[in-house]
Amino acid sequence: MSRAVRSGARRARLPRGEGPWAWLAAGSVALSLLLLGGLLTLIAVSGLGHFWPASVSLLELDDGRQLAGRAVRELPLPEGEGRERLYFTGNRDLDGQVWHWLAVERIAASERPPELVVLERRRFGDFIGRLVAVVPADRVQAAAAAAAADEPEAWAALGSRLDALEALRAERETLRRGVILPLVRQLEADPEDRAARRELAQANARARVLAAAMQGEVAILESVDGRRLVQPLDEVLRAWRPNAMSLPEKLGAWSRGLWRFLSEGPRAANTAGGVWPAIFGTVLMVLLMSVVVTPFGVLAAVYLNEVAHQGRLTRWVRIAVRNLAGVPSIVYGVFGLGVFVYGIGGSLDEWFFDEQLPSPTFGTGGLLWASLTLALLTLPVVIVATEEGLARIPVHQREGALALGATRLEMLARVVLPMAVPAMLTGVILAIARAAGEVAPLMLVGVAKLAPQVPVDGEFPFLHLDRKFMHLGYHLYDTAFHGDDVQAAMPVVYATALLLVLVVLVLNLTAIFMRHHLRARHGALPRH
Amino acid sequence: MSVQPFQTMPVSRRPAGPIIDVSPEASSLEIENLTLAYAGKPALRELTLRIPRQRVTAFIGPSGCGKSTLLRALNRLHDLNEAVSWRGSIRLEGQDIHAPEVAVDELRRRVGMVFQAPNPFPMSIYENVAFGLRLRGGLSRRRLDDIVEWALNAAALWDEVKDRLRASAWSLSGGQQQRLVIARTLAVRPEVLLLDEPASALDPISTLKIEELIRSLKSQLTLVLVTHNMQQAARVSDYTAFLHEGELVEYGPTDDVFTNPRLARTENYITGRMA
Repeated sequence: MSRAVRSGARRARLPRGEGPWAWLAAGSVALSLLLLGGLLTLIAVSGLGHFWPASVSLLELDDGRQLAGRAVRELPLPEGEGRERLYFTGNRDLDGQVWHWLAVERIAASERPPELVVLERRRFGDFIGRLVAVVPADRVQAAAAAAAADEPEAWAALGSRLDALEALRAERETLRRGVILPLVRQLEADPEDRAARRELAQANARARVLAAAMQGEVAILESVDGRRLVQPLDEVLRAWRPNAMSLPEKLGAWSRGLWRFLSEGPRAANTAGGVWPAIFGTVLMVLLMSVVVTPFGVLAAVYLNEVAHQGRLTRWVRIAVRNLAGVPSIVYGVFGLGVFVYGIGGSLDEWFFDEQLPSPTFGTGGLLWASLTLALLTLPVVIVATEEGLARIPVHQREGALALGATRLEMLARVVLPMAVPAMLTGVILAIARAAGEVAPLMLVGVAKLAPQVPVDGEFPFLHLDRKFMHLGYHLYDTAFHGDDVQAAMPVVYATALLLVLVVLVLNLTAIFMRHHLRARHGALPRH
Repeated sequence: MSVQPFQTMPVSRRPAGPIIDVSPEASSLEIENLTLAYAGKPALRELTLRIPRQRVTAFIGPSGCGKSTLLRALNRLHDLNEAVSWRGSIRLEGQDIHAPEVAVDELRRRVGMVFQAPNPFPMSIYENVAFGLRLRGGLSRRRLDDIVEWALNAAALWDEVKDRLRASAWSLSGGQQQRLVIARTLAVRPEVLLLDEPASALDPISTLKIEELIRSLKSQLTLVLVTHNMQQAARVSDYTAFLHEGELVEYGPTDDVFTNPRLARTENYITGRMA
């Protein structure tokens, strides 16, 4: 036995061929790629599918009941009792629930009538059913009596009314942001300003006119089992008839839906609407973090590598810095809360914002503290990468500069640091990769569940470091676990996850592109 | 840097070989009783020699004999290394280079150095040559252009690069890079040019060009050349110093040292019987 083991060991030292090892290594690469690709595909398909205007089926069950909904998924029942299918049926206000699990064999008939409409509404979620008529609110009784309305005519009326409402909403938003909010701020600063007060009254009157114009029209809807519903139109955001749409129309609706997701703020406790404030918050926070962490990290690395005496103390500091990279991020969050928010922020409030106390300005979580906390978190990464870059700069480059009469400072500034810029960017890339995905510390130092106002606007000082902000990672967590309808939130979660991955990717690619550009200017470092 | 005593050094053994006598007036650098050690390990022992002005002086010797160490002592490049200790004196045109009133960056302008591996900075060709000039500043754009052209001409590189001065210096060939480094050093108008095996990383054609350049430069400045290549030393130098184990073994006119070495050690090395 022992002889066999020994001879085996000898063979391992002197492999005859590299076949098995190459296969093993290639296999693990393939497996990793497969898992990664699978993950991204799952996120992309589930996330992007959310915006697809899927067809709606009209179902007749074996007990004669009728139901309209969109099939979501199908599972086998235990012990081979057939299959069960999940339908999204909407109409929370009629049924009290929006999901139906149906055994497949109970479905007697299934068709896709083109007249079925889906309405996206502000309250109660989607409606799925038939459109009867669009009428002024005061004529509901009369219209309901004349039951047999002309369906295509009603659909056309609905479309034009929704377009008009959209225009009114846009006008009201412009008015609110462009006129009313600045005036309110002006009045807060100077309550005696008569002219501003008069203008505000006028603007408010105009806003009331707009609001009134939005009301007063209703759609009479009918679910497929014949129940009627009067739906005020100002609560309807969009309407579509998925079964009547051609593929290009569906693609158009899909891309518009995707665009709304990217450009609008969230609605309905974050389960619907868009994620624009979260995208903006994430990117802004990461950029601020990079701006803070880069100079500190680079200076620290320069000190450790170029200035400090390379003794035992420096070695210990270096080890400590490297180990800081491994500290759990929530610990940094606690530190940020204690030192930045309560410590520094509290003092700032006492010194500069005491007229607003007890409501805190900087003494609460905000963009600045979140960025600083993440900068602290990623500092070791930047230091280590920069130090490695500095150490890699050949000694003959340094000596070349010194031999020309450069002082040590000139050598650093003109030769060593420019050559180390790619390494610094590598550090920043790693820092961004880490920071953009970090959620735990942010919960302590400034992320908000809902902050539709992004921290940059036209109001002085334009960049509001004290504001709370939304973050894709936290939005993901919040949507996934804190909604009342997890099933409905799932596609939003996937879409947000996809977006988070893309944001990190884009931020990284930007830095990588910059690094490549810098390297390409002079070619790779020559090796001697 | 202060003079530190040596415990480990044996009492000076005067080099036995005859040392030619360059008069102090004709010498650019005077090295006297220079002893130097890395972390206590002696590298140079009691060296005394004068390097004549506007001549090419070659240091030869086996690896580890201390010839590069000696060269780097001449522009105080050892200053950065805390492990180096030394005593003795080096005078440039009669002035002690370690005197407190001598600024080391000023000294290094007067004593330029070219290294074994071409080390152009990651900048354009133009910026490389202008690097030393920009450090001091105060030159007009036009004057800068003139000096850059002059230096590149002096390094016999102008014709090859005049159309691409803005191109990266790293796009040049090895030989061109080394001539660029020489041009860069010449641009600050040094009195002495130290060359540490400047052609050892180059192909024969580039080596030839460097050697021609060295010969052409001696009308303007003093050159000190460290080389492993006996033929090169014989071809380009006027004086040759043979170092062995940190000691100056033989120093004289190159023709004498190569054709009629006075010591067996020198002869053995030159004829290749000693590595």
